[in-house]
Amino acid sequence: MTQYIIRRLIHSVIIVWGCATLVFFLLRAIPGDPIIQLLGPEYTPQAADALRAKLGLDEHVVVQYFRWMGNLLRGDLGSSITGAESVRSAILTGLPRTMSIAALAFLIATAIAVPAGIMAALRRNSVADFAVSTVAFIGVSMPSFWFGIILILIFSVELNWLPSLGYASISDDGLWEWFKHLILPSLAIGAGYAAILMRFVRAGLLEALSSDYIRTARSKGLTERRVVIAHGLRNSLIPVITVAGIQVALLLSGAVVIETVFSIRGIGRLLVGAIFDKDYPMVQGAILVVAVIFVFANLIVDIAYTLIDPRIKYE
Amino acid sequence: MSDASMTPAGELSSVARPARSSQHRLWRRLRGERKALLGLILVALLGFVAIFGPWLAPYDPGADDFDLFGPPSLDHPFGTDSFGRDILSRMTAGAQVSFTVGISVAALSMVVGVTLGLVAGYFGGWLDSLIMRFMDLLWAFPEIILAVGMVAVFGAGIRNIIIAVAIAYVDDFARIVRAEVLRLRQEEYAIAARSIGASHLRVMLQHILPNTLAPIIVQATFAVGLGILAESGLTFLGLGVSPSTPTWGLTLNEGRDFIRQAWWISVFPGVAIMVTVLGLNLLGDGLRDTLDVRGVRDSG
Repeated sequence: MTQYIIRRLIHSVIIVWGCATLVFFLLRAIPGDPIIQLLGPEYTPQAADALRAKLGLDEHVVVQYFRWMGNLLRGDLGSSITGAESVRSAILTGLPRTMSIAALAFLIATAIAVPAGIMAALRRNSVADFAVSTVAFIGVSMPSFWFGIILILIFSVELNWLPSLGYASISDDGLWEWFKHLILPSLAIGAGYAAILMRFVRAGLLEALSSDYIRTARSKGLTERRVVIAHGLRNSLIPVITVAGIQVALLLSGAVVIETVFSIRGIGRLLVGAIFDKDYPMVQGAILVVAVIFVFANLIVDIAYTLIDPRIKYE
Repeated sequence: MSDASMTPAGELSSVARPARSSQHRLWRRLRGERKALLGLILVALLGFVAIFGPWLAPYDPGADDFDLFGPPSLDHPFGTDSFGRDILSRMTAGAQVSFTVGISVAALSMVVGVTLGLVAGYFGGWLDSLIMRFMDLLWAFPEIILAVGMVAVFGAGIRNIIIAVAIAYVDDFARIVRAEVLRLRQEEYAIAARSIGASHLRVMLQHILPNTLAPIIVQATFAVGLGILAESGLTFLGLGVSPSTPTWGLTLNEGRDFIRQAWWISVFPGVAIMVTVLGLNLLGDGLRDTLDVRGVRDSG
């Protein structure tokens, strides 16, 4: 097991290195001279040389690559072109917001999907099952940013219950304000995730309930509740965890788009803003950070398998 | 010259007949799947709108001589926008863009992904490692993030959107096909074909590829929906097709600032995206059941 974790860790580090390399060369693949694009109407040969030197683009690409890698290892992602702010500090400000949305979305989705999935599996082919399946299909087909707008329309505009814009930090504004600002964006991206999770819980539990050990558990005289929760649900968790790993990408992507809807300055808005400003160091940093989170979230998920199901042994 | 043209006519028809009857069987099974049938009807209806949109639209999508923020009415069933343009007409035009992007994304990611998966699975060894490690890299970027990055580098516009989103979905096809090929290359007919001197290309294209078609078709159906969602997301972020093209994502985004006074500008394009992707998901899910395909995930 330890050996497996070490191997997976090395694999993840290699993937992250590959991502960093890909991001580095992606920036260099911009057609034409990025400096001309960056300066726009303010272009003069002197200004171009100065900016090129500032960004380190006057050196050979190999030198640039090793410098970028060296800086990266020290946690230095460079500085923003448009402001004096370092990419690292901008990301450190934005990251808790994006992660808060993604984490709350995960909790909301799990709280909806697991009971709904269980209910659908236990009452297979009933009206409840049909309703759950229909809602799941709609949820998975809905653009999260559109659902976010609908939520604003209902809960902010019509009912005036929740704020439609912005972010409140726990330290400055308290837990309740933080939660009030995050609930709509989290629900907007959590709905799609809940839809997928619901289908996996239903399918996983149905498969588990048709197994021999469930028949044994029933024949032992266990209550139906205990059969479902202690035996069925635990064994149906594997696909649920698998999908959770894959869906970290959905939550992160969702957070990136939903931040624009709710005007929350997380990683997503930072990234989109940086693209409009042609702030390439910021674009690089933001994309890389998202990729790193995704790779390591999947590593954690892989390790979590073994804790939930001791039958899984990695070579 | 192909084999079919060298075959006597009688033999050709006897070969063709089972293919027709298997298509017929597939259609019968698909018809039995209510989900798939509903999906097919939705996709067919919206596809019809996409193709014949210019003739179906009540007004010119660019005409801005109506009331500003007109609510849904008999003259304008989906209302008018902040420029006084008819939303239904704009959405009809947008259907064409959405379908073009969705189908192009699916086709491009399918061609590239299937080729890479086929080569990786068939040849194995270092080529497999090289291709699949590259797929791991693509996988490490959440799709929208990868597409956003590509658009940042290569610029917005419909062609770049299609390429960026297609690249993001290449790994799904490559993985599915590779897994199938790893299994199929050990089958007797593949080994037999090689032993009678068939070239690698011939074994791959004529013996292995046709047997991987079921999961490819299912994945491609989902990919059209994913492409439509990704395009609308990118356009919503302002990184999509040009503002002069009336796409669903753009109309939706334009309505965002006026949600308090004119909800219809954002709501109807969102419903259009949802219904289209729902249709494709239902169809893909039905095909997955009908073709008995496992391991292909949908729009999630």
